[in-house]
Amino acid sequence: MPESSPLLTAIFGRLTFESFPIHEPILIVTFIVVALGGLGLIYALHRYRLWGFLWREWFTSVDHKKIGIMYMVLGIVMLLRGFADAIMMRLQQALAFNGSEGYLNAHHYDQIFTAHGVIMIFFVAMPLVTGLMNFVVPLQIGARDVSFPFLNNFSFWMTAAGAIIIMISLFVGEFAQTGWLAYPPLSGIQYSPGVGVDYYIWGLQVAGVGTTLSGINLLVTIVKMRAPGMTMMKIPVFTWTSLCTNVLIVATFPVLTAVLVLLSLDRYVGTNFFTNDFGGNPMMYVNLIWIWGHPEVYILVLPAFGIFSEVVSTFSGKRLFGYTSMVYATVVITILSYLVWLHHFFTMGSGASVNSFFGITTMIISIPTGAKIFNWLFTMYRGRIRFELPMMWTVAFMLTFVIGGMTGVMLAIPPADFVLHNSLFLVAHFHNVIIGGVLFGLFAGINYWFPKAFGFKLDTFWGTLSFWFWVVGFWVAFTPLYVLGFMGVTRRLRVFEDPSLQIWFQIAAFGAFLVACGIACFLIQIAVSVMRRDKLRDTTGDPWNGRTLEWATASPPPDYNFAFTPVIHDNDAFADMKKRGYKRPLEGYRAIHMPSSTGTGVFIAALSVALAFGLIWYMWWLAALSFIAILAVAIAHTFNYHRDFHIPAETVAATEASRSKLLATVAGH
Amino acid sequence: MSQHAHTATHGAGSQTKTAEKHAQDNAEDLHDEGQNHGSYTSYITGFVLSVILTAIPFWLVMHGTLDKNWTIFIVMAAAVVQIVVHMIFFLHMNAKSEAGWSLMALFFTLIIVVIVLAGSLWVMYHLNTNMMPGMEMDGQGPQTSNPAPGGSPDQQGQ
Repeated sequence: MPESSPLLTAIFGRLTFESFPIHEPILIVTFIVVALGGLGLIYALHRYRLWGFLWREWFTSVDHKKIGIMYMVLGIVMLLRGFADAIMMRLQQALAFNGSEGYLNAHHYDQIFTAHGVIMIFFVAMPLVTGLMNFVVPLQIGARDVSFPFLNNFSFWMTAAGAIIIMISLFVGEFAQTGWLAYPPLSGIQYSPGVGVDYYIWGLQVAGVGTTLSGINLLVTIVKMRAPGMTMMKIPVFTWTSLCTNVLIVATFPVLTAVLVLLSLDRYVGTNFFTNDFGGNPMMYVNLIWIWGHPEVYILVLPAFGIFSEVVSTFSGKRLFGYTSMVYATVVITILSYLVWLHHFFTMGSGASVNSFFGITTMIISIPTGAKIFNWLFTMYRGRIRFELPMMWTVAFMLTFVIGGMTGVMLAIPPADFVLHNSLFLVAHFHNVIIGGVLFGLFAGINYWFPKAFGFKLDTFWGTLSFWFWVVGFWVAFTPLYVLGFMGVTRRLRVFEDPSLQIWFQIAAFGAFLVACGIACFLIQIAVSVMRRDKLRDTTGDPWNGRTLEWATASPPPDYNFAFTPVIHDNDAFADMKKRGYKRPLEGYRAIHMPSSTGTGVFIAALSVALAFGLIWYMWWLAALSFIAILAVAIAHTFNYHRDFHIPAETVAATEASRSKLLATVAGH
Repeated sequence: MSQHAHTATHGAGSQTKTAEKHAQDNAEDLHDEGQNHGSYTSYITGFVLSVILTAIPFWLVMHGTLDKNWTIFIVMAAAVVQIVVHMIFFLHMNAKSEAGWSLMALFFTLIIVVIVLAGSLWVMYHLNTNMMPGMEMDGQGPQTSNPAPGGSPDQQGQ
């Protein structure tokens, strides 16, 4: 870094002209595309005067349904970024043979594989999972909203702020080149003196605030706000898995926060927690981060299991087989997920006794998971199965996930792990469970609940196309990686010596291309559905002959969800209501007490981005100012007395009357 | 309306009441639902106990009458007892609060904390003995036995 004047350093910290990656043509082109797209979006918003609408109806909204949808939008946007990284890696590895260096330099390539992992886990899977939980859980338990509506809005914006910090690193400075968990000593200041790891730390810390608060919020909601009659064993399975997921979030994210704080202390003030000398121990970081990291896997996959349970039971037209065992399996997985973390570092040298213990616990955890698979199969058995899109994703999940689970059990055997660790076999395994489990689940969930959220179904033609591209693309992309892993090819390599390997990487790249088609078809599916929404309209609120409470209300649900709090008698509450000939009450509406919108969440999140930016670039004045501003906004918010309002009884009556009219037209056909 | 109707068993009236009660709960900001907020005596008892439990470790360390291992053990024990004192007297934890959820959450936390601490101690003990022979963990250990990967340790960014 060239010498600069003390004044410039005081103002800009480490930020200089050299910090902007103007020598990277790929980034320049990306920047131009993003900038043009952004300008186009801003122009469109301005042209159609949508700013006020977005601000009032969405950004400041504390409605759990809108926040849920915003989480989904964030997740899908970040999926495009994360997938762009993926396809760049596949292309690089397919090209870099026979002396070719490929098209990415080492500095850039290392950032890409780090960013891919970080983005896909923290800013794709987490927002999509949280978004679905946010949207569905209050509806499933018959609540008006979550327990802390403002906190919910704040959590979303903190997650978005974390994503923005990561995205800034693309064009200002660099991202970490350490792999997605940033192990020291590589991530220490000695070996990573740049801003990359700092972007990583502060992006995750800011998003972590959102995740933790949202976990507390949903946990309290499920414990305290269930409709009368909904005892623990009458909770729908998706809500049960959400409960366990949020317990895991609340119990584990503090560990991640703490370990990142220790790493930042090492980097900022010269402590020696994870350094090589002065008593530091980098292995402690690996130990701690996997105490968070393994439960994180279950945080993602448990709600997916919940989605499959709802989908299987709805589309088989049957009560879920083994509800009780499903609930216990979920709870057992929740506890066991804390007992297996060492299997992520069998080879670090803990010795036979420790490795055997954690190998065995890892194998044990596949038992409740296997029980779940059998429950879904028995639910389908002799069911009247309708192969709608959510059900197709579920069947694909069962086939794909079982294989991923079995390769997982292989890796759980410590001697096998010594051969396969750090290889592409491992990469294939965790993509097999995360794509085959979490992502397929999310697509099932999106196709299943979309009509509830927007009032019209998603188009089946493009949905089916997306489905086949994804499933086939996944197998074409990752089977070669299993093969390469058996041959001993390690992960995160940029160039290869052995030309005989190239064909496998080319097949994998073709698979990634198929997945790209799958993503494109998914986006087209949404666009086509929006255009054909009148044909796809769901007027009943119950397009799939659903079984749980969310289908009892209108699609999209009114702001207050339910005009009257329902009373629950059965764990398939709505199926039970339909069976008993439930009639909507048509009079006696009362004014409904609702929380008011507030912009505080947006302001604090924006200031958090500024705070993080100041800390990353050593602009101490900016960090100090934005920190003070955050406190000021938070304190000012406590003096906001316009926290609630009432939806008048007449408005409720009018909303419900229009729904009655809609239902009558359906009945008339 | 049919007598099988869902509303028939519970009546539209009672549903309205439920909704109304819900709205009122919200209006009260869900602040307290008849929990025990403690009495003057319980706070004083808790405070006195905490002071005693803090004074004992300080006294032991400052006067050093017992040998090191016993001191450490008593300090740790006093800390654990003090955690329990805080939970009972300041956080009003008992089997009945929040319909048993508080106690269940406490047990869950304890299980997790024990797993994490015991597991980490066990794992790190193994890792240290197997992987870092000759490295002292108590201060400026010799740097020779564990060379930094990929480079000499001369470029420390202190």
